[in-house]
Amino acid sequence: MALLEIRNVTRRYGDLAAVCDVSLDVEQGEFFTLLGPSGCGKTTLLRMIAGFEAPDAGRILLDGKDLAGTPPEQRPVHTVFQSYALFPHMTVAQNIAFPLRMAGRPTEEISRRVGETLELVHLGDKAHQYPHELSGGQKQRVALARGLVNRPRLLLLDEPLGALDAKLREEMQLELIKLQKEVGVTFVFVTHAQAEALALSHRIAVLRDGRVEQMDEPSRIYGFPKNRFVADFIGSINLLDAEVIEAASGHLRLSVAGLGEVIAPHAAAAGAGLRGAFAIRPEQVRISPHTEAPQLKNHFTGRVSSFLYIGDVTTYIVETAGGARIEALLPNSAPGRAQFFETGDAVAVSWRHDAGAWLGE
Amino acid sequence: MRRAWWLWAGAIAVYAFLYVPLAVVVAFSFNDSRLNAEWVGFTLNWYKTLLADEAMLQAAFNSLLIAVVASAVATVLGTMAGIAMHRWKPKLLPFMVLTPVAMPEILLGVSLLVFFITAFGQESLSLLTVVLAHITFCLGFVAIIVRSRLAGMDESLFEAARDLGATPWQTFRLVTLPLIMPGIIAGALMAFTLSIDDFVITFFTSGVGVKTLPLQIYSMIKVAVTPEVNAVSTLLMLITLAMIAIASRLAPGVLKAH
Repeated sequence: MALLEIRNVTRRYGDLAAVCDVSLDVEQGEFFTLLGPSGCGKTTLLRMIAGFEAPDAGRILLDGKDLAGTPPEQRPVHTVFQSYALFPHMTVAQNIAFPLRMAGRPTEEISRRVGETLELVHLGDKAHQYPHELSGGQKQRVALARGLVNRPRLLLLDEPLGALDAKLREEMQLELIKLQKEVGVTFVFVTHAQAEALALSHRIAVLRDGRVEQMDEPSRIYGFPKNRFVADFIGSINLLDAEVIEAASGHLRLSVAGLGEVIAPHAAAAGAGLRGAFAIRPEQVRISPHTEAPQLKNHFTGRVSSFLYIGDVTTYIVETAGGARIEALLPNSAPGRAQFFETGDAVAVSWRHDAGAWLGE
Repeated sequence: MRRAWWLWAGAIAVYAFLYVPLAVVVAFSFNDSRLNAEWVGFTLNWYKTLLADEAMLQAAFNSLLIAVVASAVATVLGTMAGIAMHRWKPKLLPFMVLTPVAMPEILLGVSLLVFFITAFGQESLSLLTVVLAHITFCLGFVAIIVRSRLAGMDESLFEAARDLGATPWQTFRLVTLPLIMPGIIAGALMAFTLSIDDFVITFFTSGVGVKTLPLQIYSMIKVAVTPEVNAVSTLLMLITLAMIAIASRLAPGVLKAH
């Protein structure tokens, strides 16, 4: 039995269904992420798990027990809010002690566990400071400590890294993973940042317009997106309109707009004549001088229309003879710029016949 | 940076306009002369006269009693109204609570008078009716201050309290109340000062027997502005200053705009 079971949950605001018939399971000890653009219903879903809103239909079960009618304070579920929501009139130690006090723990146990938790988030020296005296990253840690101190069955995190700058965010990501492993509490994490979701999660549910588009492990979501939306939302990807010419047992022959014939891996949903999109990640596309003889079946010539030097990699936009724009990544692993193309250079882009995917409408 | 001299002059003129009359009242309360015309010599006689003046003492007692009771009740009710307005965004409540604040005092005075007489009769006019009238117009001020304090607050603070195991009552007692306390104290202070120096509404709702300080002072200056009036005004000023001092001690930040 899963720790958290969400069964056909729907929540409407007037005519708009913010969450529409969502079902998912979260296992004990899992780091589960709800990922989607703003307005996809991820925060509404989180608020229903916390008990701030009630589903219009469907059930939410924790440890097999229906949570309907249980107020937020009686759910063994704590939330880390986007704004941290630290009580400004309490010190760091008092903030962290709050859930223990509410649970009626004895004083000496409270002070012991507050101390332990402060150490866990490396804030042992900040116990008697007030939230306004802390930096963003420290507030974040206090919010985490407060959420974890009473060992909830489930910790909900609502875009907790959203307010931090890029460098600090990366640090906190590593710390979150470590912390979750150490305390063993199940995390349900909400974010619109796909890179964050990929880095942190055991499993991801991608949401759009209140529905789950795809639910899987990060590498499967990234490598095998189910449809155009997921492909486009997660990472960067080349998406080109395509029609299936022939669906053979091992592979597909596609007619791709701006390219021509492309060989792609077999897809169960594909059938001759069906329209959809051909998707391929930039890092799977090889870019080479046009003088080089073709080594791969999917080989197209074109010109570099622009490039972005990012440091570790360079992103090239190649416009093919047929008019398609293909993004290709070239790692700058060699010292200097051994293999480098300028805007306007004649090049070729190519990829293996088992790379990329055909996605139905 | 040196500021232009006329900015300084302007500032001094404004402060002089505000404070010189008050200073004059304080000074003449110690003046050993029946006339507010020239400085004769220092005396505490007017304060002695004041303390011997039965009617004046009774009026002062009434004023304090009314102000304490009215501001206490108005603070409790106004806080509740302020929270209700913030939380449930009712349509009618703000209108009903805030109308007495905006309405001309004379109108409120007359309508309360008519109401008390028709509902409870001529004899009902007493300290009680004055207190009720003061609660009516003080409540709105407290509600406005409390609501604006809540409006500037992160809503997730209250959700966080519930989320971490606090019942609605614990959330109110441990989170909401401490956070809006500066607003409540500011509102109580405002209610007290509004009540203690109110003239118009008190005049209409007090009937014959009840005198408050402003009413007593008014009946005295009908004859002449005596140094005794200066003395009582000085005391009233002291009480007000003391209130502000206490409030800023209890809730640092009350005097600052949030």
